[in-house]
Amino acid sequence: MTVAAAGIGLAARPLVVTRRMTEHPADSHTVARYEATGGYLQARRALAMTRTDLVELVKASGLLGRGGAAFSAGMKWSFLAPPRPSYLVVNADESEPGTFKDRQLLERDPHQVVEGMIITALANEVHEAFVYVRGEYPKPARRLQQAVEEAYSHGYLGKGIFGSAFDLDVVVHLGAGAYICGEETALINSLEGLRGEPRLKPPYFPAAKGLYMQPTIVNNVETIANLPHILEMGAEAYKALGHPADTGTFMFSISGHVKTPGNYELPHGLTWRQLIYDVAGGIRAGHTLKTWIPGGASAPWFVPADHLDLEITKDATGEALSMLGSGAVVVMDDSTCVVEAAQRLVRFFSHESCGQCTPCREGTTWLEMVLGRIENGAGRDVDIDVLLDVSDNISVGLKWPPVMTTICPLGPSAVSPIISITKYFKDEILAHIHGGGCPLK
Amino acid sequence: MRWSAQTLARAHDIIATYPQKRSAVMPLLYLAMVEDSYLTEEGMRQVAELVGITPAQVQAVASFYTMYKREPVGRYLISVCTSISCFLLGSDELLAVMEEETGVPDGETAADGLISVEHVECIGACGGAPALQVNYEFVEGVTPDKARSLCRWLAEARPETIKSDELQALFGGSVSFDWAIKEAGGAARPIPAFQPLGTVAE
Repeated sequence: MTVAAAGIGLAARPLVVTRRMTEHPADSHTVARYEATGGYLQARRALAMTRTDLVELVKASGLLGRGGAAFSAGMKWSFLAPPRPSYLVVNADESEPGTFKDRQLLERDPHQVVEGMIITALANEVHEAFVYVRGEYPKPARRLQQAVEEAYSHGYLGKGIFGSAFDLDVVVHLGAGAYICGEETALINSLEGLRGEPRLKPPYFPAAKGLYMQPTIVNNVETIANLPHILEMGAEAYKALGHPADTGTFMFSISGHVKTPGNYELPHGLTWRQLIYDVAGGIRAGHTLKTWIPGGASAPWFVPADHLDLEITKDATGEALSMLGSGAVVVMDDSTCVVEAAQRLVRFFSHESCGQCTPCREGTTWLEMVLGRIENGAGRDVDIDVLLDVSDNISVGLKWPPVMTTICPLGPSAVSPIISITKYFKDEILAHIHGGGCPLK
Repeated sequence: MRWSAQTLARAHDIIATYPQKRSAVMPLLYLAMVEDSYLTEEGMRQVAELVGITPAQVQAVASFYTMYKREPVGRYLISVCTSISCFLLGSDELLAVMEEETGVPDGETAADGLISVEHVECIGACGGAPALQVNYEFVEGVTPDKARSLCRWLAEARPETIKSDELQALFGGSVSFDWAIKEAGGAARPIPAFQPLGTVAE
């Protein structure tokens, strides 16, 4: 396990994607403010660069996708197979419980996303782009739509952008309430007017067979928002902002029982202790930290005894058998019943299961029911084994990263709370079973 | 009931923004809801005809997504988030208060058609938990008392448009992040207030 050698100074923390909205809160969403603060200069510069140079620059910056999978953005781009009438799809279907960063980026600095899309389109020779915004985000979608219209009226989108020979059209597409559409192949199906069911990979890797079976780049909002800054500061300076293995900044969405929840743009490499106590103000008065989810509802939980001084990077979190995912940190104090919390998480996955794969469709339902009976005092000793057995049928051997029996990771995500509570809180589960229900009520 | 010429023209404009007609199914389903106030069989048939697929294929899509309401919904749709972050900070009590104050059980609509109440999964307002939406416009940091006031206000004031800033000022508390920028518009119906063609009039 990697432990942080030295704390990173919080006072000096660099703001990249939230800088403009922090310095100019009243009008950071307008094209006037955007351009007055250096906006659209990098898109113009990108027009003069070759595709290869753009891809290499983003590769060199070390930028990892910010949607959850943390895959190299530059590598993803380099996979885009010819032929290149291809598409760009920006994933703004932010729905992982605990995550609310893209909402802020879209509402407060939408032109940054538009400029990032222009750069991505140039790097991948894409002329048609879509932004898939979750249905529950009409306000972020309105702001983005307004920015897109402003960009069109300035000649930054449409035919011959910035007076060049390059065309780029952008369509803002509203979802309709389905978490699974955040999975990139489900999103593509949804955008094609189908049910939002994930496709099998292989062969349906979006870079090869994506939207309308054409090569397609799917990038998260935050990933896209970083691009103008990478061009502006260069790969080396961008890398220097963060951790050597995990460059740039990262948006953490912190929620739950902390004093100051919210979105925080931070470099990687802090410790969880710093994040929870220094950044988020610590646990609310009269309570102590019990457990936290380090990277969204899909991630296995961490506990104070083992993980507080762990370094926050993709690798260190992975070595500790969890993930940073979408950056959603959900903190639970000692008032939390872990059985009830786990049931609430599992209920989410059960509700959002698309139903294609039996282990997920049936398994998540059973996990929710068994947790419910334990919580309500009808649990039996064998129920812990039942939970683990059902989980094993979704995620073979309960390994991390999961060995899936399903098309997509949604099913195995529902197993994370089960792994967590049986590993760290078995006594509390048994107290429910033997004490006729929840001891905290 | 066929759609008006104006709505049909709008539908064709939306279809034209996509490389393939079928991609317009989702925005057209919203349009169908605007036209009939919810998703009717006739509306789905109209969408099918416009994009060149069967009504069954349209139904398959419509039934996949929770926001396509295939039954009438109240003028004000109250969606209480009960996922993990809101749950940790009292969402279940909030939902109970809503049901009690409006007399509308979770998932149902009042007899007079004014208010619908539903619990929903994470709406992305976790930093301002517990949170809810009215006609998909956010209110964050809601206490049980404020929730009661909100219900009474909807019943008495019957606002034409649900504005997030107004709701937040009257009934909200802590927020996920500084909203900073005020908006003039809002939601006139229990359908997300978003125009896919931007400023083109409804």
